Amino acid sequence: MDRKLKEVVLENSNTIVQMWLEDVNKNRKEDISSTISDELFESTNREFVNVIFACVEKQGLTKDLDAFSERLINLGWPLSYITDGLQSFRRVTIHFILQESEKVDTDNFTVILYAVDEWVDPIINQLVSQYSGSWENIVSLQRVALQELSAPLIPVMENITVMPLIGTIDTERAKLIMENLLDGVIKHNAEVVLIDITGVPVVDTMVAHHIIQAAEAVRLIGSTCILVGIRPEIAQTIVNLGIDLSKFPTKSSLRKGFQTALELTNRKIISLQETDQEIGKLLDSLDKE
Amino acid sequence: MDFQSCVTIQKEWDIVGARQMGRNIAKEIGFGTVDQARIATAISELARNIYLYAGSGEICFERLETIDRKGIGIYAIDKGPGMEEVSRVMEDGFSTSGGLGAGLPGVKRLMDEFDIVSEVGKGTKITVMKWIR
Ligand SMILES: Nc1ncnc2c1ncn2[C@@H]1O[C@H](COP(=O)(O)OP(=O)(O)OP(=O)(O)O)[C@@H](O)[C@H]1O
Ligand SMILES: [Mg+2]
Repeated sequence: MDRKLKEVVLENSNTIVQMWLEDVNKNRKEDISSTISDELFESTNREFVNVIFACVEKQGLTKDLDAFSERLINLGWPLSYITDGLQSFRRVTIHFILQESEKVDTDNFTVILYAVDEWVDPIINQLVSQYSGSWENIVSLQRVALQELSAPLIPVMENITVMPLIGTIDTERAKLIMENLLDGVIKHNAEVVLIDITGVPVVDTMVAHHIIQAAEAVRLIGSTCILVGIRPEIAQTIVNLGIDLSKFPTKSSLRKGFQTALELTNRKIISLQETDQEIGKLLDSLDKE
Repeated sequence: MDFQSCVTIQKEWDIVGARQMGRNIAKEIGFGTVDQARIATAISELARNIYLYAGSGEICFERLETIDRKGIGIYAIDKGPGMEEVSRVMEDGFSTSGGLGAGLPGVKRLMDEFDIVSEVGKGTKITVMKWIR
C-alpha cells in the first residue's frame, strides 16, 4: 500500500508541485516577502519542493536536504518558512491522494495519513534540529563574547587600574567582577582600583551588596577601591535604600576618582608646557652666569 | 483586578524585563529621571525577592489617575512560602539569605504607598504606589 501510494505521488509529482506552489504562494508571510525578491522566493520554493521529492523517493534524508537547510540558515530565512512549507506539502499530498482514490474507508484513510507523515516528519525533524543547532551555537558564542565584555580591567598606569562596568549586573556577572577584580589587582600590582558604574542602569541592594563585598575584598589584599560614576539619580536611590557606602571612597566621576587615585599613590599631573618654560627660564638663568 | 500589564518572574533575567517594562510605563506617565530610577529599583527589589524566596510569581503594573494626580501602581504577587512576621522583614538589615536586608524597607522609602499581605504557606502580595509630584 505504502509503495503504491509513493508511486502515485511520484508519478504525479508535477501536479502536486503545482498545488504546493500555489498553496505556499497563497500563504506567503509578510516577514519573508518584505526582504526577499519574488524571483528568489520562487526559485527557493522550486528547490525546496525538489528536495522534498528527492527525500520521498529515496525514502530517507539526502545530502541535498542538508545543503538546502544550511543555505536557508545562512540567508536568515525563518524556520516557519520550512515548517509551513512542509505542513503545506502534507496537506496537498493527502488531498491529492484522496482525490485520486475512488473510495476511502477509515482504514485506508489512516494508512494514507501514516504514510504521508512518515515522509514528512523526518524532514521536519532534521530541518528543525539543524536550525536549533545553529541557534544554540550562536547563543553560546554570544555568551562567551558577553563574558569577555562583562568585567574588563584596564591598567591605566602603574598601580592604578580601572574597571568600567556597563549594563545590567546579574549574579553570574557579579561573581566575574569579584574574580577579575582580585586577579587583576594582584596581576597589575594595583594600589588603587576604580570601579566605574556610569553604565549600570539600576543599582539595587543586590548590586550594592556585591560591590561592597568586592571593595572589602580589595581592601583585604591591601589595595584601595574607589567607586566612581555615581549618577545623581543612582545616588538618591542608594540613599533611599538605606545602603551605607561610607566605608569606602566614592566619587561622582571617573576624573575625580582618578585625581584621588593619583594623590593616594603620591603623584600628580603636571602640564608639560609649563615645565618647558620653567626649564627654559632655568637655562636662561644659567646662560647669564 | 484588571491589570494592564504583567511580567512573569521565573528566571533571573525576568527581573530585568519587569524593570524595563516598569521604567517605560513610568516614563510614559510622566515621571522624571530620579523617580524612574526609584521605580525601577523598587521593581528590581520586589522581583528579586520573588525569584529568590518564592521561586516564581508576577509583577503587574497599573496606571493610576485621579482628578488631581497621576501615578503608577505596582503589584508583586507570588504563591511562595509567605512570611511569618511581616514586621520583622520590614526591619532594616533583616535577611534570611545573607543579603543586606535593605530591600523591603528600601522599597517602602522609595515609594509613596506600601502595603504587604502575606500568609505562611499561601504566598505574598505587595502593593506599592508612587505619585507624580
Ligand atoms: N516574596 C517573598 N516571599 C517570602 N519571603 C520573602 C519574600 N520577600 C522577602 N522575603 C523575606 O523577607 C526578608 C527580607 O527581604 P528584603 O528584600 O528586605 O531583604 P533581602 O532580600 O534578604 O536582602 P536584600 O537587601 O538583598 O534585598 C528576606 O530575607 C526573606 O526572608
Ligand atoms: Mg530582597
